Amino acid sequence: MSVLRGTLTRTAPIQAVTVVAAALVLLVVVGLLLPPVRTQLTRHPFDVGAFLVVATVITAFWVFPTDLSKRMKRNPLSVTGFTIIALFVVVAALAPVLAPPKEGTRDPYLIPHEGFLPDPTPPRAGHPFGTTGNQYDIYYGIIWGTRTAFRVALVVVAVSMAIGLILGSLAGYYGRRLDEVLMRITDIFLAFPGLVLAVVVTAVLGKGLDKVMIAIAVVGWPTYARLLRGDILSVKQRDFVDAARAAGAGDLRIIFRHVIPNAIYPFLVVAAFDMGVIVLVAAALSFLGLGAEIGYADWGQLINMSRSWILGVPGNPFIYWYTVIFPGTVIFLFVLGWNLLGDAFRDILDPRLRGSS
Amino acid sequence: MTTFIARRLLLLPLVAFGVTLLIFALLQFLSPAERAALFVTDPRQLTQIDSIIRKYGLDQPVHIQYWTWLKKIVRGDLGWSQTARMPTGRAIATFFPATLELTIYIFVPLILIGVWMGTRAAVHKDRFLDHFSRFFAISLRGLPSFVWGLIVLMIFYGWLNWFPPGRLSLDAELFVASPEFHRYTRLMTVDALLNGQFWIFLDALRHLAGPVLTLILVEMALLVRITRSSMLEVLRQDYVRTARAKGLDEPVVINRHARRNALIPVITLTSLLFVGLLGGVVLAETIFNYPGIGKWGAEAAVQLDIPGATGFAMFFAFLVVLGNLTADVLYAAIDPRIRLQ
Repeated sequence: MSVLRGTLTRTAPIQAVTVVAAALVLLVVVGLLLPPVRTQLTRHPFDVGAFLVVATVITAFWVFPTDLSKRMKRNPLSVTGFTIIALFVVVAALAPVLAPPKEGTRDPYLIPHEGFLPDPTPPRAGHPFGTTGNQYDIYYGIIWGTRTAFRVALVVVAVSMAIGLILGSLAGYYGRRLDEVLMRITDIFLAFPGLVLAVVVTAVLGKGLDKVMIAIAVVGWPTYARLLRGDILSVKQRDFVDAARAAGAGDLRIIFRHVIPNAIYPFLVVAAFDMGVIVLVAAALSFLGLGAEIGYADWGQLINMSRSWILGVPGNPFIYWYTVIFPGTVIFLFVLGWNLLGDAFRDILDPRLRGSS
Repeated sequence: MTTFIARRLLLLPLVAFGVTLLIFALLQFLSPAERAALFVTDPRQLTQIDSIIRKYGLDQPVHIQYWTWLKKIVRGDLGWSQTARMPTGRAIATFFPATLELTIYIFVPLILIGVWMGTRAAVHKDRFLDHFSRFFAISLRGLPSFVWGLIVLMIFYGWLNWFPPGRLSLDAELFVASPEFHRYTRLMTVDALLNGQFWIFLDALRHLAGPVLTLILVEMALLVRITRSSMLEVLRQDYVRTARAKGLDEPVVINRHARRNALIPVITLTSLLFVGLLGGVVLAETIFNYPGIGKWGAEAAVQLDIPGATGFAMFFAFLVVLGNLTADVLYAAIDPRIRLQ
C-alpha cells in the first residue's frame, strides 16, 4: 500500500495528467478544423469562447508553479478532484457542441424527445445513454444538466456567501447585542434539517429552479455567517487589528482590509464543499418533484423520471438500469469532485484542520 | 450542571418562537386569497373567498394576524392537511411512530458499527482496515441517498425480492387492523412481539431493511472518520502511555481508557447525524413508500398542502432542537470542562 502511495505521489502521474490534458486541448483545437465540427463551433461562438477561456485558466493554474498548485499536485486525491471538476467545467462550456440542440428550439435546456412512448429505450446510436420515460434523451439531459448544476451551485454559493459575509462580519466585529440577535436568528434557521426547510420554502414559493435556488440559499447562509463570525472573533483580538486602529483606520477598513482576509480561508473551504452539497440538495428537491419543470435538463429531474422504471419488468429487474445509473453516476462524480477539492483547499489553506476527516 | 441545563432549556422557547416567526414569514409570500384558499375544503366555497378572508382576519395587519395564527398553533390547531385528509396535528401523531421506529433502527446500528469501525481504523492506522474505511468514507461522501436508495430498491426488491417497500405486507396489514392485534406502542416491531406474533415482527423488519440500508451507509462515512481522528488524538495522550506502561492489556487500554474520551466529539457529531437523518428519512420514506412523516411531508409540499408542509417542518424543527438539547446535556454530563464554562 505504501509503495502504491509512494508511486502515486511521485511526479510521473502528475506529468501524465498534464500530458493527457494537453492532448485533449490539442484534440479539440484540431477538431476545430474539421468541417462538421467547425460549423457547430461557428454556430456557438460564445460557448466556444467560454471554453477557450476556461481551458486557458485551468491550464494556466496547472502549469504555472504557484504554491497552491504545487501543494495540490502532491496529493493524488486532490488531483483526482481537480480533474473531475475541470472536466465538468469543460463539458458545461461545450454543452451546445457536445449535445447540439435541435434547430429552432425555444430553449436549449429543454430535453428533446422523439415521440411520447412511455417506456425507456436502451443506449443506441444517437442516444448514447438511452432515453428515459417519454423518450427524453438522457445524454442530452446530462450534458445540459451540467450547466444547470453549475448555475445552481454558483448562484446559491454566491448569495449565501454574500449574506453570510455581511451578517457574519457585523456580528463578529461589533459583537455584543447585535451578535446575540444575529446568532439567535441563525439558531432558528439551523433548527430545521436543511432539506426539510428547503422543501417547505419551495412549496410556499412554488415549484421551479429559481425557487429551488432561493430555498437552498435560505438554508445555506447561516453556516457561513456563523463560521465567519467565529473566525472574526478570534482574529479581531490579534495585535495587528489594534495596530491598524492605532494607525487611524476606520471600522470598514479594518473589517475589509485586515479582519476578513485573515478569516476568509475556512470560508472558501466550506464554499468548495458546499458546491457539491447544493447540487445534491437541488437534485433531491427535483427528485421529490419540487424542482425544474418537466423536461428541463436537470440531473435530479432525470432521476425523478427514472423512478417509475426502477423495478424493471418481471424476469428482468435490471432492464432499465441506464435510467438511474447514468444520471446517478454524474451527480456522484460532481459531489465527489467538489469534496476532494474542498479537502485539498482545506489541507492547503488551513493547516489547523488538517487530517480531521 | 443544573444551571447549564436550565440555561439551555431557557433558550428552547426562544427558538420555538423564532421557528413560528419564520414559518409565518414564509406564509406571507402567499397572497391573502391563497391563504384563504387553505381554509376551503369544497370548490363551491371559492365564490365566497372575500368573506373567508374577512372571517379569518387575513386582511388584518401582520402582527395581529401573527398573534391569531400563533394562538391557534399553541392550541395545537395546525390546520387541515389535504394530503393526509385529517387535521395536521393528528397526521403528525399518526405518521410519527413509523418514522420513530425507522430512526431507531438506523441510529442504533449506525452508532455501534460506526464507532467500532472508527476505533478499529485508528488502532490499525495505515493498515488494511484503515485504508478500507478511508476509501469507503471518501467514495460514500458523494453518494446521493436517493440514487443509492433507488439502487437498493432495484437490487433488494426488484431482483431478490427481500426487502419490499411499504411498512407491512398485505396479510400482516390485515391482521394488524383486526381487533385481535393490540397496539401498545405503535412501533410495529415492538407491538408484534408484545402480541406474540413473530411473523409480523419479521415482516416489519423486512420492510424496514430497505430504508435502513439506504441511510445507514450514507451516514456511516462521517461517523467512522470522526471517531478515527478523535481516537488517534486520544491514543497520543500521556495517560494512554501510562496505562500501557502499567502493563494493562491492550483491549482494556483501547476500550476503557482511550475510547471513552474519544467519544466526546462523537456525541456532538451524533446530533448532527440526527439532523441529517431527519432530512434523509424524507427521501428514503418517499422511495420506499414507507408511510412515515417524511413521506407525508414531501407529498404535502409537492401537492401544495401548506398546513401539512408547515406543520411537518415545525415538527422536525422541534425534533432537531430536542436532539441538540439531548446532545448538549450528554456532553456536559460526560465532560466536566463544558459544565464549568
